[in-house]
Amino acid sequence: MKGNIVKKLSLMGLAGAGTLMASAGCAFAAATPKIDSGDTAWMLTSSALVLLMTIPGLALFYGGMVRKKNVLATMAQSFGATALITVLWMVAGYSLAFKGSNPFFGDLSYFFLKPLGLTAVSGTIPESVFMFFQMTFAIITPALICGALADRMKFSAFMWFMGLWLIFVYCPIAHWVWGGGWLMTAGALDFAGGSVVHLNAGTAALVTCLVLGPRIGYGTENMAPHNLALSIIGASRLWEGWFGFNAGSAVTSGFNAGMAAAATQIATAAAAVSWAAVEWIINKKPSVLGMISGALAGLVAITPASGFVDPTGALIIGLAAGAVCYTSAVWVKKWLGYDDSLDAWGVHGVGGALGAILTGVLASNAINSSAHGWLYDGNIHQMVIQLEDVGATFVYSGIVSFIILKLIDVTIGLRVSPEVEVEGLDINLHGEIVR
Amino acid sequence: MKLIMAIIKPFKLDEVREALSALGVQGMTVTEVKGYGRQKGHTEIYRGAEYAVSFLPKLKIEVAVKTEVADAVIEAITSKAKTGQIGDGKIFVTALAQVVRIRTGETDGDAL
Repeated sequence: MKGNIVKKLSLMGLAGAGTLMASAGCAFAAATPKIDSGDTAWMLTSSALVLLMTIPGLALFYGGMVRKKNVLATMAQSFGATALITVLWMVAGYSLAFKGSNPFFGDLSYFFLKPLGLTAVSGTIPESVFMFFQMTFAIITPALICGALADRMKFSAFMWFMGLWLIFVYCPIAHWVWGGGWLMTAGALDFAGGSVVHLNAGTAALVTCLVLGPRIGYGTENMAPHNLALSIIGASRLWEGWFGFNAGSAVTSGFNAGMAAAATQIATAAAAVSWAAVEWIINKKPSVLGMISGALAGLVAITPASGFVDPTGALIIGLAAGAVCYTSAVWVKKWLGYDDSLDAWGVHGVGGALGAILTGVLASNAINSSAHGWLYDGNIHQMVIQLEDVGATFVYSGIVSFIILKLIDVTIGLRVSPEVEVEGLDINLHGEIVR
Repeated sequence: MKLIMAIIKPFKLDEVREALSALGVQGMTVTEVKGYGRQKGHTEIYRGAEYAVSFLPKLKIEVAVKTEVADAVIEAITSKAKTGQIGDGKIFVTALAQVVRIRTGETDGDAL
């Protein structure tokens, strides 16, 4: 659990610096707090990797899956979210997520990052790096929701939704689990964001597609992906960048990061195999879209578990994620009939919840000393906490996302007009096309 | 003069072009089109969403020829574009009223 380790190391760092000053007996100003250059180098790299997951990873992944007339608009959502969330994170987001001792909401003590000085330290790295790293998580989480609202949302409504959702949904939940809030105190295990990122965004996605309603022609018109090659490239970028996401959540460069990276790779590949296998059996052909979706399901499910499980645990999580998310994205969606255009709920929501629950089962004290899981450590109580985490995230995200959407709907309207939707978003919302 | 329009399977283009060159036909226009006749389309599946696609990719070749060689051209296209499977295509022949070569202003027979 990042926050506790961060706090302990910060205190140790300060104590160490204080001892150094006292023993030197000098009248200098306080010594510059100690940072580890290995940890810092890794965390800078991780931040760039996670940013790469959104731009261009998510942009390409989603962009390739929509119809050609909407490809630019879909990618614009990833880029637009990146730009807006960065600014809002700097202004208030970081503060609301990571500062303040209230168990439910952070405070604005770091408004505009005023107190964040050059030499501020967080654990063994500069706090500027920690802030930036967390920023990239704050960027990708709302951007994931695009999957459910593809092809039919106004850009203005989308940007308002991104901003309000960051402040009122992402920051509180991040605060609960990582920023010293109640779920962290209760001992919820979420290494890199199974609930904070994926279940959270997935739930918001489900709510969004239900509020927006299905695309015109859904079920009858041909809405086949216009260029799966783009999606494959995007999924590959996501896979690669995810090492920053999971192994970077160790906030250090060492044993934890190493095992988290291994677990990530194993689970992802296993999920790609299991989705492809299920599809091969049912459809007689394994599709490329299936393979990359399987990989994504594995990435999502291993996210909360990555720093807590051993390779076998990772394998199990991956195999389960491929099969379970295939079921939710293909069958359940068809059965219930909602238009979760790019399966943001089916993969991220379901995968995130599955991962969070399996984390409780498979977390091992031998892998991470702050974890006591059910199977290896006999701690069945961890399952209760994980379920609380899943439940609270689902309920809070669902309700508040709904409120925000309705607010935007009654003020500026969420959905484009039917004419715009049929002609295409690229030309109508942005004045640009791809030929 | 005749305007001969042939819808053929895309992979047959090179064979047809060579055969027409051998007959002295010195130009053609090719367009990528979609179409169907009695050939069945195919089904695409994307994460459970199934799409029956009836339109198949084809090529449309257009050549303008003197009436005397029209029959030979039709025969050449027919024999080279045929596979014997459903979907080989069709040839449409229309009478051509006028032809102009833009660079030189030559007309009709001199422009072919």
